[in-house]
Amino acid sequence: MSYLDNILFAILLIVGFGFFAASVKKIIRNINLGVDVDRKDNPKARWKNMALIALGQSKMVRRPVAGILHIFVYVGFIIINIELLEIIIDGLFGTHRIFAPYLGVVYDVLIASFEILAILVIFAVTVFWIRRNFIRLKRFIHSDLTGFPKSDANYILYFETVLMILFLLMNAADYHLQNVPEGIFHKAGSFPISQFIAPIFNGMSNELVVLLFEVFWWLHIAGILVFMNYLYFSKHLHILLAFPNTYFANLKPEGQFDNLASVTNEVKLMMDPNADPFAAAPPADENAAPSKFGASDVQDLNWVQLLNAYTCTECGRCTSSCPANQTGKKLSPRKIMMDTRDRLTEVGKNIDANKGVFVPDNKSLLNDYITPEELWACTSCNACVEECPVNISPLSIIMDMRRYLVMEQSAAPMSLNAMMTNIENNGAPWQYSQQDRLNWKNEN
Amino acid sequence: MSESLVVPTMAEMLAEGKQPEVLFWVGCAGSFDDRAKKITKAFVRILNRTNVSFAVLGTEESCTGDSAKRAGNEFLFQMQAMMNIEVLNAYEAKKIVTACPHCFNTLKNEYPELGGNYEVIHHTEFLKSLIDDGRLTVEGGQFKGKKITFHDPCYLGRANKVYEAPRDLIEKLDVELVEMKRSKSNGLCCGAGGAQMFKDAEPGNKEVNVLRTEDALEVQPDIIAAGCPFCNTMLTDGIKHAHKEGEVKVMDVAELIANAQDL
Repeated sequence: MSYLDNILFAILLIVGFGFFAASVKKIIRNINLGVDVDRKDNPKARWKNMALIALGQSKMVRRPVAGILHIFVYVGFIIINIELLEIIIDGLFGTHRIFAPYLGVVYDVLIASFEILAILVIFAVTVFWIRRNFIRLKRFIHSDLTGFPKSDANYILYFETVLMILFLLMNAADYHLQNVPEGIFHKAGSFPISQFIAPIFNGMSNELVVLLFEVFWWLHIAGILVFMNYLYFSKHLHILLAFPNTYFANLKPEGQFDNLASVTNEVKLMMDPNADPFAAAPPADENAAPSKFGASDVQDLNWVQLLNAYTCTECGRCTSSCPANQTGKKLSPRKIMMDTRDRLTEVGKNIDANKGVFVPDNKSLLNDYITPEELWACTSCNACVEECPVNISPLSIIMDMRRYLVMEQSAAPMSLNAMMTNIENNGAPWQYSQQDRLNWKNEN
Repeated sequence: MSESLVVPTMAEMLAEGKQPEVLFWVGCAGSFDDRAKKITKAFVRILNRTNVSFAVLGTEESCTGDSAKRAGNEFLFQMQAMMNIEVLNAYEAKKIVTACPHCFNTLKNEYPELGGNYEVIHHTEFLKSLIDDGRLTVEGGQFKGKKITFHDPCYLGRANKVYEAPRDLIEKLDVELVEMKRSKSNGLCCGAGGAQMFKDAEPGNKEVNVLRTEDALEVQPDIIAAGCPFCNTMLTDGIKHAHKEGEVKVMDVAELIANAQDL
């Protein structure tokens, strides 16, 4: 008896999950570079959001074709992973289809449904690939996706197709071996799809088919482990992060923008008639970071915004609904999210390379990634927020960066400065005196 | 039409020891913009006709700070907010109605945290409640049979999920209400929000208001109904750009209701 297979398999699992755990740790560390924001309130509404939007895919079907196809792939992913449990146990203990005797007819139903889902996944992924590469939907050939993002999207589709084909081939070989007169494998499972693939093994020796079965089996599980580790480098992280992202998403009305607490304190002091203008400043907390209004880099954003950036899967529904983007402006909400993620990854690498400390690199999210021209094109209409299938808010990042431009750099467009001066002096965005506010009453 | 408007101020009310049923927040556009002033007056005519006890702040009103906040100037916004809150709280304001979705959103959502807690409603919601309570009856009048499409203001619709009140009002006019291809939560912005009203657009290949007006013209309406003074301006400009000002009018829902009653 040789345990070599089992040991090899255990090593493969440990390496696969080990690397993945290290990636997850890095992602969590990077997300925690963001400033704190309380998103623990109202857990009931949060669980409900997660159940409806992430688990239930409710926002995906706003666009029915892509939405329904995505549900095939999504359900396929969730359900076929049940099979993974059996594959892992079989691999570790050298068993074959260990659940079959315990589940009886349920096992047949399960295996059959995995097969049907697998074929639906292949169908959906093929349509996705055609939409991306042949129909060339506008949001998929957009300039945001030049270079790696375009390849990334296709790699994911290829990966999924190959994994599903391996899964079906593995089952087909199994089916063949269950039904040869010698009965090499014990009867287990029902194979509505792969029984039609099985004839390709006719005429081969049993030894060869067993070998092929082993090859498919190993490639399938190894492929899954490689794919899992690819997530970290890919937009495909959404399959995991969609869940926390919808849980921690904003619950307030979309029109409600946060009131900066640091500003509130100063304004209250300014308006307090009892405040002593000559009073000494309160003793500074030596550990406190110098306060900055708004955001110029990823560390100024909050952790939910950074989680948003990792969750974005670059579908581009936001950009295709953005009024600025539709009228040819540079702003693309998807690019805001991709830039935030890319800069965060860069900052993370910097920290890794410098023994856990970020060494300033003379770069920032503002200017090096996102230009003021993009930020100023936003109408704050919330179309991007409404569209996002996983409740990402590109708008909140745009607003935080505008705050930095205006309050730290006084770099608003001239016309906006005029508007703000008017509000300051006359209490209206135009040059009318506050004393004339009721004149309309007597005008004809 | 000729009867003059009765517009009491909160100060006058207080002097008489009275508290109005509702405070009408006119807003900067409603106070100063020539087109928006007509909306303000149409709304007041309805309030006068239905004997609603209301008052305005008049010269004590100041910009809510919405466009300053959306431009990124949180300081200016909070200064404006706190000054307005002091005034509103001094008058013990409880219920506020406004014809501007930007004022509506800011007063309703962003003032509470700064100490201003009021029941804030948009004028379309208020008019709807007057009808529901039997205080206002509406018939089609001059608009009977006309084709009307409603443009959802972002800060009323997506921002606060008020989609039905303006539509319910329009339907009371015995008109044909048609929806644009993008409406309600899918509605396209007019291009004015986020302080865009006060600046030139960034380089592109089209103005947002032109694109939105195209959406509206596609359904061949007689009237484009709006619920926001800024949307009104943008769509009116869009109609001019399309040379359709002779055929299509842009009107606020309050104007539709007031004109239908020959107020």
